[in-house]
Amino acid sequence: MSGNKLQFSRRKFLKTAAGGTALAAGALHAPFIIAQPAKLKIGLMLPYTGTFAALGNAITNAFKLYVAEKGGKLGGRELEYVVLDDESDPAKAVDNAARLVNRDKVDVLVGTVHSGVQMGMVKVSRETNVLSIIPNAGAGAATGQLCAPNIFRSSFTNWQTIHPLGKVMMEKGHKTAAWISWKYAAGEEMFQSFKEGYEKVGGKIVKELWLPFPNVEFQALLTEIAAAKPSATACFFAGGGAVKFVKDYDAAGLKKSIPLYGNGFLTDGTLQAQGASAQGLFTTLHYADSLEFPKDKEFRLNYAKTYKLQPDVYAVQGYDAAQMLAIGLEAVKGDVKAQKGIVAAIEKATINSPRGRFTISKAHNPVMDIYLRQVSGEQNKFVGVAWKALADPARGCKMG
Amino acid sequence: MERQPLALRIVLAAGLVALAAFPFVGEKFYVQFVTKVMIWAIFAVSLDLLVGYTGLVSLGHALSYGLAAYTLMLLTPQYEAAGFWTSLGASLGVAALAALVVGLLVLRTSGIYFIMVTLAFGQMAYYYVHDSDRLGGSDGKYIYVRPALEIAGWKPFDLDQFTHFYYVALALLAGVYFALRVLLASPFGRVIVGIKENEHRMRMLGFATFRYKLVCFVLAGVLAGLAGWLAAAHDGLVNPEMLSWHQSGQLLMMVILGGMGTPSGPILGAAALKVLELLFQSWTKHWQLLLGGFIVLAVLLIPRGLAQLFEWKRRG
Amino acid sequence: MDTAIFLIQVLNGIQYGLLLFLVASGLTLIFGIMGIINLAHGSFYMIGAYLAFSLTRLIGDFWLALAAGVVVAVAIGLLLEWLVMRFLYQRDHLYQVLLTYGLILIFEEARSLVWGDDVHGVAVPGALAHSIPLTENLSYQVYRLAMSGICLAIALGMYWLIQKTRLGMTIRAGSVNREMVQSLGINIGLLYRLVFALGVALAALAGMLASPVSSVFPGMGNQVLIISFVVVVIGGIGSVKGALVAALLIGLADTFGKVLVPQIAGMVVYLLMAAILLWRPQGIFGRG
Repeated sequence: MSGNKLQFSRRKFLKTAAGGTALAAGALHAPFIIAQPAKLKIGLMLPYTGTFAALGNAITNAFKLYVAEKGGKLGGRELEYVVLDDESDPAKAVDNAARLVNRDKVDVLVGTVHSGVQMGMVKVSRETNVLSIIPNAGAGAATGQLCAPNIFRSSFTNWQTIHPLGKVMMEKGHKTAAWISWKYAAGEEMFQSFKEGYEKVGGKIVKELWLPFPNVEFQALLTEIAAAKPSATACFFAGGGAVKFVKDYDAAGLKKSIPLYGNGFLTDGTLQAQGASAQGLFTTLHYADSLEFPKDKEFRLNYAKTYKLQPDVYAVQGYDAAQMLAIGLEAVKGDVKAQKGIVAAIEKATINSPRGRFTISKAHNPVMDIYLRQVSGEQNKFVGVAWKALADPARGCKMG
Repeated sequence: MERQPLALRIVLAAGLVALAAFPFVGEKFYVQFVTKVMIWAIFAVSLDLLVGYTGLVSLGHALSYGLAAYTLMLLTPQYEAAGFWTSLGASLGVAALAALVVGLLVLRTSGIYFIMVTLAFGQMAYYYVHDSDRLGGSDGKYIYVRPALEIAGWKPFDLDQFTHFYYVALALLAGVYFALRVLLASPFGRVIVGIKENEHRMRMLGFATFRYKLVCFVLAGVLAGLAGWLAAAHDGLVNPEMLSWHQSGQLLMMVILGGMGTPSGPILGAAALKVLELLFQSWTKHWQLLLGGFIVLAVLLIPRGLAQLFEWKRRG
Repeated sequence: MDTAIFLIQVLNGIQYGLLLFLVASGLTLIFGIMGIINLAHGSFYMIGAYLAFSLTRLIGDFWLALAAGVVVAVAIGLLLEWLVMRFLYQRDHLYQVLLTYGLILIFEEARSLVWGDDVHGVAVPGALAHSIPLTENLSYQVYRLAMSGICLAIALGMYWLIQKTRLGMTIRAGSVNREMVQSLGINIGLLYRLVFALGVALAALAGMLASPVSSVFPGMGNQVLIISFVVVVIGGIGSVKGALVAALLIGLADTFGKVLVPQIAGMVVYLLMAAILLWRPQGIFGRG
């Protein structure tokens, strides 16, 4: 390029850059004008990319389904959604949550799926006191050591869903087990809970295997499981990772020789992709595909009609998050600033969920039945109740 | 001191005034955003010392940054504040030590191999932190209260207030900038620049180039540690990603984009990249496309970085 | 660890290493022959995997899809070289790093626009979907063996190409002295374009082959990228033989690292690289 040409493009570039910066500066500095005061701003911070993308979508779909069932209004107010993809990245969690609360000024913060990301959101929730509902992440601390009046959960704690598994495995005659999962907050909490429950009934964990999240190269570790020769394998995986693990486990011939167990995330929302590899697997979870509750039948019909997909446990949790919010808002006639009233209303409520009725513990977590399910076709069929009205121990929570 | 083009000096002075005045008009989110940009600027300046002046391209600079951040986390009790000077001193000390150890090992190599070995050490630190339980693993750990400074009962500033933090960061950035300009104009600085141009010649002239490079490497590490301490204190979160090659890579982008080997280049680069990121994010979900496009165009059209744009009058 | 399990882990390590070789060989050629540091190499791996996903669904047969995918990858490589890469040859390494980093962002977003953000699976081709029992409770998927076989065949093919053909000779000459080759009347621009396209095709093919076992997901190129660079640097820049040795070394180190020292498994590969570079900075088979 000749010198003149270079100079010309530089001048042009500088002018455009100056103009652009001025525009940007103007846009950034302009005071944030909130449109109509009547619309309630819901911040949806969920994963829409990566291994948990399907979960984020299911939660969003069901949340909006409930709102639609209520005629588009909760507590008499219309809703406006601010959607943010958290990419299941704990490093950006605080930034993302702070952006929703400080810049976008959401009235309610709904999210998320990944436990590590959740802890960032909890930090922001506690600092800003924004009303928050957790539609999935099971990090115990959110309704444990870091519990707060403005934080509720419509899903589960990691401890709750897997605690009954040890008892189930023992009853089926498996006296030794191997454990495998991702090494992050959720995986470790699952392990502690499983270990507690399994060892209490006399079980022995002969091998503990971990891989970094969200790694899905299982080959070397599957070989290790075979080498350890346990009676069964217990695991925790979810989303895309669960699909791959079940298939790989089967392809390595382990499904026949060393039965696989896990909590329900292993087989929820993943059965179509897993196909034959998942058939017959037993899992424990607070939801199943063939429950007889009228509310569940109605929910499944509506969800399938609206989204042309079968709902899963994530959808149920999203639906219940909206339900809990509605209960709170109705009690204060839509005045989201009257937080004490909202909190009191939700705490006292019995939620009529597709999973069955549940209440809220003092730490703001659901107290509910955990079911035993078995995969049959493309469904997790209800087999029995693994544990009735299980409450998370909420260790370290100072509320109530 | 080498005279910078008048246009640039005017812009920088205006920038400083604007920055000082900003917290009075900006709202919390944006004040905190600019604070973060300033922290990145300090980080970028530290890398420029290596890349632009000494000619050492490091892809593992985030190592010092991240280790300093984790030091602050370890020194902060669960729900209380760490001491301002003690934690800062410890963080800078750890950063310096890490840079010293790594520098002694890697400065024997050069060119592409230097890049790769620095990358290796950066990644080693990343995986060490990522895989360790005590340090919070892949989820990282939180710092619930910011470091506090108290001199005989008087608190000159409270870092938990976002405006105070802003001014502390601004003061540190200005301090680093001016200190570096003085350093680079000194005989030490001349040697460093000479090493970048032709190390062999410098050695022939009798300079112990390895020692100069090592001092530079450690100094850059200390400044990166300062940025790391500030980042951890500001965000209240330490995470292995702070040590990843992505972090080092993004930093390198800022330095190159802004203009290497110029005192203000890295500051411009940091500001440009972060502001563009924020702007593009608010336009579309696919903002990375715009950012990537901008970077590609910038490389092709303004090879010497944004600081080059201010030289147009001189070339006239 | 008993012998059977040990041997199976060695098999796992070699299988992973051979796949790494496929990706890294493209990188070492581009780097060694053309002198370009291409950070977007991982993106080609990702594009290969997504192509496998789409083309298998479109065409129905995995192997035909693979062939079609290679053709598409070569086309992409030629286009990219002509549009962007050829401006980088004389430029500083730093600018190559910066520009190719920008390319990563562009490719990631393009992927998001074209294919969306979900995780996808590619079915293992029917004929190879069954498993061979190796011990009483462990079987090995035949497809993984086939994959390793293909990588090995390609390694041999590359050896033949580079050592035994005129094109290979020209490539080797061009890497040592570009001007000389040009003055001998050989079209160096065309040569570079071909080499670049070859590099892209190799990475894409690796992605395609791996897709049934690794799944297809956003960001899959990033992990592969950094490891490929490690392979290239350990093996020696520009040396395909070095890339093979280094890739196998890393495959085994990574596998046994996960099994024997899981607490520092992630660090093992980098410790290896640091050790080798400090002993022999130019890599195992690198020149001077």
